Amino acid sequence: MSAHDHAADHGHAHGGAAHGSFRGYLIGFVLSVILTAIPFWLVMSGAIDNKQATAIVIMAFAVVQIVVHMVFFLHMNTASEGGWSMLALIFTLILVVIVLTGSLWVMYHLNANMMPGLHDMREMP
Amino acid sequence: MLGFWLYLMSDCLIFAMLFAAYGVLGGNYAAGPAPKDLFDLDLVAVNTTMLLLSSITYGFAMLTMDKGRVAATQAWLAVTGLFGLAFLSIELYEFAHMIHEGATPQRSAFLSSFFTLVGTHGLHVTFGTVWLVTLMTQVARFGLTEANRRRLMCLSMFWHFLDVVWIGVFTFVYLMGMLR
Repeated sequence: MSAHDHAADHGHAHGGAAHGSFRGYLIGFVLSVILTAIPFWLVMSGAIDNKQATAIVIMAFAVVQIVVHMVFFLHMNTASEGGWSMLALIFTLILVVIVLTGSLWVMYHLNANMMPGLHDMREMP
Repeated sequence: MLGFWLYLMSDCLIFAMLFAAYGVLGGNYAAGPAPKDLFDLDLVAVNTTMLLLSSITYGFAMLTMDKGRVAATQAWLAVTGLFGLAFLSIELYEFAHMIHEGATPQRSAFLSSFFTLVGTHGLHVTFGTVWLVTLMTQVARFGLTEANRRRLMCLSMFWHFLDVVWIGVFTFVYLMGMLR
């Protein structure tokens, strides 16, 4: 962790959240490069035959990379701001999951049920 | 800092809604071009590299700021800004190229949601760059004062957060688009 000479006079401004260290940033960067290169390579080379499997794998890589960014670049931990920033993050993630899965789920079923209509439209000249 | 973090979380919800809109509409091409006809993954890879590099150079700016080295902080901030501008230039080139081919936001629901999502991220990077130049001017005039340090820390969170959103964009929009 970096030396913090002025911790006493501005420690309260960021609740003791560290700014990270050179090593931390470097680890985060190298991990991000790897976690970016692999999904790009998977899609560009078509290494996995199954498209659905490829999609699941690259989504998993994205989730891991987001965690890497949160930890090494945004310095998220349970201690910063007395735990309130983590609480806000968890709350937001719950809302994000509800918005994304809810929208996709509802609209997928709506589309699926509208299919016969769509089919008729296509047969029209 | 907690207040700024809460702002970022609200921004996160805006992006979640735009991602949801893209997820719902992204397959409706209206007999127009599909992701495979439009996206150039090499270009997106270069773009991603620019944003990733700008994230670590901003990190170096924060480390030099902690040591109170004004000139080095300014230099790293300038490098970060240049990577940001490179990202924006590539994105604008991509947009111009697509519009030139007739793939405008009006063309299909896929393209409307694409330009809204990726364009909103681009706008964020644009405002981040403006903010960066503003803070460099502040630091040049008043040095690394307490207020300026706090401002630079807020921008740091903003900048890294945009990189996080971009992970979602290149995975969900570009890579999964090529798999369709």
